Amino acid sequence: MTAQPRFPAASRLLHWLMAPMIIAMLFIGVGMAASVSRRYDLLVSIHRPLGIAILVLCVARIVNRFINPPPDLPHTVPSLQRFAAKASHIALYALMLVMPLVGWGMLSAARYPIVLYGPVQLPPILPHDLTLYAWLRDLHSVLAYLLFATFLAHFGAALYHGLIRRDGVFGSMASWKSMQFARTNRALIQNSTQTPEP
Amino acid sequence: MRATLAERRIHTDMKPLWFKAATATNPGLLVRLGAIGAVMLSVTGAFAYTGGWLSPERLTQDRMMAAFRDANGTHVGFRRNHAKGVCVTGWFESSGQAAAISKAAVFKTGRVPVVGRFALAGGMPFQPDAPNTVRSMALRFLPPGGEEWRTGMNNIPVFPVNSARGFYEQLLAFSPDPATGKPDPAKIKAFLAAHPETARALALIKKRQITSGFADSTFNGLDAFRFVDAAGASMPVRWSVVPVQPVAADEAEQPEAGDENYLFDDLIAQIAQHPRQWRLIVTMGQAGDSTHDATQPWPEGRQQIGAGTVTIDQASSEDGGRCTAINYDPLVLPAGIEPSDDPLLSARSAAYARSFTLRAEEKHEKPPSAVTPEKVQAGGKS
Ligand code: HEM
Ligand code: HEM
Ligand code: HEM
Repeated sequence: MTAQPRFPAASRLLHWLMAPMIIAMLFIGVGMAASVSRRYDLLVSIHRPLGIAILVLCVARIVNRFINPPPDLPHTVPSLQRFAAKASHIALYALMLVMPLVGWGMLSAARYPIVLYGPVQLPPILPHDLTLYAWLRDLHSVLAYLLFATFLAHFGAALYHGLIRRDGVFGSMASWKSMQFARTNRALIQNSTQTPEP
Repeated sequence: MRATLAERRIHTDMKPLWFKAATATNPGLLVRLGAIGAVMLSVTGAFAYTGGWLSPERLTQDRMMAAFRDANGTHVGFRRNHAKGVCVTGWFESSGQAAAISKAAVFKTGRVPVVGRFALAGGMPFQPDAPNTVRSMALRFLPPGGEEWRTGMNNIPVFPVNSARGFYEQLLAFSPDPATGKPDPAKIKAFLAAHPETARALALIKKRQITSGFADSTFNGLDAFRFVDAAGASMPVRWSVVPVQPVAADEAEQPEAGDENYLFDDLIAQIAQHPRQWRLIVTMGQAGDSTHDATQPWPEGRQQIGAGTVTIDQASSEDGGRCTAINYDPLVLPAGIEPSDDPLLSARSAAYARSFTLRAEEKHEKPPSAVTPEKVQAGGKS
């Protein structure tokens, strides 16, 4: 049995840099949209620059994916799951990219200044149009909930691989141990859980 | 024999095949499946909690909007507060004097275009103009470089409440009782008893001088902000715009019977006649002046700066006007002006954002405003 290769270091770094950022954005977003307290202003002023940072990192991540292609899933993964994994990864990439663009676009259509920090602002990317704003503002919410649902499925699947199947998929993204150690470790796990499929 | 019996028992219970096989070979699996489920549930629960879905008593943007609905009814497409208004344009001529205490570009000597809005407080877009109704002026300063400043000001000396909760409870207390169509005096009494700061503020508001119209009203920013100079030093400030044109007491003006828009009509006619001006006065706070409580006036005699003059030379209806698709969010501030610790600022920013989104969503169903483009064209003779 071959050991499951890991994601390249750059891919893992980007994944683990962005995962907490995106999860934070989802919580900051729903938290601020349900608040009239002092927190509202604070959260909005974190939400804007953090969202734009995600946009920049996401572009870097897509470029990185072409330079450093991801490893294949293990052969033991059934084709339906393979399809689900692929589809959900595409959805995650698409949402990571589109969410900040919609955020930027909707503030542009409303002609709010898009303040990142102090005097640092982004230019508007869309014309001043109330109807366009309303549409994008709703889209921002719908896509955010969709992103949360996709993230939840992704997180659940990762844990399923890590805790139930123990097929090295979890470690391919989530292991920081040296390659050598990861390999022997995985071999050990695979030997101990080798049971015929029912 | 015993072992096989035990195995048989496992194999004959009602669990699905994959599950039986898994638990039989690896008893810890059940725990791990449970752990995954628990993690999923916790994350979802935390998300729902953060979004306020599990806390019916939390004051959210939605609940604030619901209170406006209770108080004023539904007026599709209009601002949830200060619903009746007109758009204006003009410019701000900075004197350069405020540049010493704020590095904001608008305070450098020179001219900056402004887009403003005059309005009456309250969420009823067709309420008849009346002298006692709170009047407001909102301004959007547009210096080159895009660092905007937006502010909304009222013709009262202090604000009636000092917290979002206070505002919410005030809305509910003054909402008409469905049975009588009038606010319930018992509720108002209970609200004022619970909010002595409001009772004190209302006494000051009642004593204010009411002038003949918008053009000779002083409008106050009420909330405190902080000015930050080029060296990074900051100080608390409040600001006002004070009319340059002579002030006439309310009695001087006798509204014609049936003229529901007399305040707006007068303003439009006056601006058409010649531009109207206000001086922007910045009051510098001192240590001990309350910055977090808009119900409290600052002591007399605080040092003031004449930051410049606002000139308004054109009025237009909200319908098609340049102030309509704008949210006069008090936290749209240039570098050089910062929020103070006043909790109303964040509350306003949140509530205005939701009000703005609602009216944007409803734009296509909005009936014409009280002051239509035709009325403005007719020179304010509605
Ligand atoms: C990965 C990127 C982003 C995520 C995951 C995200 C997520 C969210 C969520 C969950 C909400 C609350 C939606 C609701 O409950 O209605 C929200 C609202 C909002 N987002 Fe984002 N967002 C992102 C990027 C951005 C960016 C880049 C901007 C602006 C530059 C932005 C501006 C806003 C604004 C203004 C609101 C509305 C606040 C309000 O209703 O008062 N977002 N976002
Ligand atoms: C704590 C939560 C997370 C865990 C445990 C986790 C775990 C993993 C694992 C194990 C993989 C490899 C899957 C495979 O090889 O098929 C992976 C890939 C991926 N993850 Fe996550 N992840 C988490 C959060 C996120 C978040 C928040 C996002 C973004 C919204 C995200 C986006 C992705 C993407 C796009 C891939 C595919 C990478 C590629 O093929 O280029 N992950 N993740
Ligand atoms: C928690 C307290 C407050 C709440 C919830 C509140 C709520 C609102 C709302 C929902 C609007 C309509 C916004 C829009 O759709 O664009 C509005 C407008 C306005 N408010 Fe407040 N407000 C509060 C405090 C204040 C204070 C302290 C001032 C005074 C300085 C003020 C002055 C104004 C003005 C001038 C407008 C009209 C802006 C325009 O013409 O577009 N408000 N308010």
